[in-house]
Amino acid sequence: MTRPTVDLRPTGQPPLPRPRPLAQFFTRPQVIALAAVLLVNWALFPGFFTITWQDGRFFGSLIDVLNRGAPVAILAIGMTMVIATKGVDLSVGAVMAISGAVAATLVTNGVSAPIAVLAALGAGLLCGLWNGILVTLLDIQPIIATLVLMVAGRGLAQLITEGTIVTFSDPVLIFIGTGSFLGLPMPVVIAALLMIAATLIVRRTALGLLIEAVGVNRSAARFAGLRAGTLLLIVYTFAGFCAAIAGLIVAGDIRGADANNAGLWLELDAILAVVIGGTSLMGGRFSIPMAVLGALIIQSMNTGILISGFSPEFNLVVKSAVIIVILVLQSPLSARLFRRLPGAQK
Amino acid sequence: MTDTKPVLEARGIVKIFGQHRALDTVDFTANAGEVHALLGENGAGKSTLIKILTGAYQPEAGELLLDGQPIHLRDPLHGQTYGIGTVYQEVNLLPNRSVSENLFLGRQPTRFGMVDHKRIDALARDLLSRYGLDVDVRAELSEYSVAVQQIVAIARAVELSGKVLVLDEPTASLDRNEVQRLFDVVRGLKAKGLAIIFITHFLDQVFELADRVTILRNGRKVATQALDTLNTTDVVRMMLGKDVAFDHHPTALTGGPKGAVRVAFKGLSRKGLSPFDLAVHEGEVVGVAGLLGSGRTEVARLMFGVDPSDGGQITVDGQPVSIRNPAQAVAAGFGFCPEDRKLDGIFGDLSVRENIIIALQAKLGWLKALNRDDQVELAGRYAEALDIRAADHDMPVKLLSGGNQQKVILARWLAIDPSFLILDEPTRGIDVGAHAEIVRTINRLREEGLALFVISSELDEVVAYSNRIVVMRDREMVAELDGDAIASDAIVQAIAGTATEARP
Repeated sequence: MTRPTVDLRPTGQPPLPRPRPLAQFFTRPQVIALAAVLLVNWALFPGFFTITWQDGRFFGSLIDVLNRGAPVAILAIGMTMVIATKGVDLSVGAVMAISGAVAATLVTNGVSAPIAVLAALGAGLLCGLWNGILVTLLDIQPIIATLVLMVAGRGLAQLITEGTIVTFSDPVLIFIGTGSFLGLPMPVVIAALLMIAATLIVRRTALGLLIEAVGVNRSAARFAGLRAGTLLLIVYTFAGFCAAIAGLIVAGDIRGADANNAGLWLELDAILAVVIGGTSLMGGRFSIPMAVLGALIIQSMNTGILISGFSPEFNLVVKSAVIIVILVLQSPLSARLFRRLPGAQK
Repeated sequence: MTDTKPVLEARGIVKIFGQHRALDTVDFTANAGEVHALLGENGAGKSTLIKILTGAYQPEAGELLLDGQPIHLRDPLHGQTYGIGTVYQEVNLLPNRSVSENLFLGRQPTRFGMVDHKRIDALARDLLSRYGLDVDVRAELSEYSVAVQQIVAIARAVELSGKVLVLDEPTASLDRNEVQRLFDVVRGLKAKGLAIIFITHFLDQVFELADRVTILRNGRKVATQALDTLNTTDVVRMMLGKDVAFDHHPTALTGGPKGAVRVAFKGLSRKGLSPFDLAVHEGEVVGVAGLLGSGRTEVARLMFGVDPSDGGQITVDGQPVSIRNPAQAVAAGFGFCPEDRKLDGIFGDLSVRENIIIALQAKLGWLKALNRDDQVELAGRYAEALDIRAADHDMPVKLLSGGNQQKVILARWLAIDPSFLILDEPTRGIDVGAHAEIVRTINRLREEGLALFVISSELDEVVAYSNRIVVMRDREMVAELDGDAIASDAIVQAIAGTATEARP
């Protein structure tokens, strides 16, 4: 191709003809941060990297990080796409509670487990659709629109459970929360499959590009003939679906549905995971695997503080300190500083 | 007009944005006791000049003089301390606070360290009575009409400044009685010796209120003249184009037979726009001439389904189509380069390549993804055809110059292989080279058989590429000029038309 390359203004980064994925991956601030947190954990607790095989499954602190991080990772998968459209979904924690309540109430009333699971997922889809309708058709700001369900959802869940903690002994539901597949805990398997499936769907189809376009400039998206409303509906519905899955896992884990506490404040962890993963709250470019990585960073810190014997109160302070470091690393300011360092162009 | 003491004077002002000279050695003088109208189409440099006069921008060259003394304004607040106040079209006040608080915000009289509401209210009532306004000053500002809010804003600006008052499109959202009321207030201030700079695109209001007029075009001053020496036609001519002969080539444009009708609009209408009929043929450019606010952009938006129509039919190649939203318009093979490139056109953070393929991708639907190779090929092809200057098609489009961004949007529509293309001010705010490139492209597309509908404030430009010209005035298509009838005088007169009469 002989097109003239006369430009003009500095493009910021040297244009790579073909990005080298591996090298790029290991120099991302998120990956460096995760490695750093894991190393600190290892220094505090020498057995941190030890993984043992027992009763047909893996055990160890690393496995624990993955297992405990799975619900937030699953929420983050849905949340990434919502945030990419310049939105936010505050209701996912409450939707988790609804999903758990639906599944638990149904199985204790004798409904078969697969149907209870489908009903819980259906409830999540409906919740997401509701959010999507508020945002799209009524044009309510996402933070307010989803706040409605964040508050009301927990009430709904309590109505379903009639105010009690509904415990169950259904083996299928328990398996979702505590079982294992190929030696890995089920939550990890589900989160990994969901991440791969969601990434493939958005990147192999044009969905990812269209979502980014809506997030970057919704008005221009409309002028370019995109059906922005439909895309928003899909994205919010998918976030509700992810929340329902996370709700099932949490319910299965404690063998019961606790409408008051299931998923409490997890929407904030999910938003944090997405932001740590580099998706801007201003919408646009997004990465699902990076958001999952963000969820793992958060969980590594939680686990590290627990096993190192510090009191859990430290958790919140340390967590915020690490998060500030990561966000500073991602900020435009440090991008400018770092670009100057390696004898960059200009 | 006997008192010609200059209050605010700008000499040789130059303002450059990127590679674009927004103002090129412009002189401007506002005298005491006069209303000085500032006219020009969008992009002419009106708002840039105002921002320099009020201190919001700093010029690259030139100087400001206040009462003959050179001044350097850091920001609008600093300008205010010199006595230069501004009132914008959208009232910049606090709608949820009371009228009196709005008048005295930031300089409230206090009593024992607390805001003295009684005194504020008394002062506010007294102040507003001087403007003939008798309202409950304790009520929230938002309870009053825009006209009252405008007067409150003027009162505040005059109170704070008191030498120069800039009115930026103050009448845009007022009805006729409110306009008269506002004009009475302005005349009162004029009599007190204020220098008033009045920006509007309603020519009749200029003739009614202003003493002198300065006309800008493409960042240059065309003229400053007393209005009693001018008529509407003169003003329109100065705003829209050179008064030299227009550069129309009737042989090239109207010689050949027209193709079949590509799109036809019958009785298309929407509230605030008179129904219109229009047919655009294959290989034809229909140009639209008319001033800002004449309804030209509204017509384009209606055609493309951005605003749904209230009635009327659209046919494409003889087949009726329903266009209720842009997605349906794209499906029918329409493309639209909107007037506000940044707001409605480009996806700043997305790459040049993605910006080019996005409309085609939207048309194909999300399941039929263009793979990377297809995208690279498409982007390469159209970037070359339109000479888009980008170091790399993976760079964010926001880093390109305005002209190249416009070409990217044009490329986006060419990529869907459109049957009908609507261009709203395709050459606004872009550099001379890209400008010529876009005009060439319009001519080439016409020769290739595309049907185009092009809106432009540049009269000589419309004349250069149009087979037919539709003239719009007061939200209505008032004239259609074809072939040899396309001449400067005819267009200018059609635009000026009833502008001298009172507005309906």
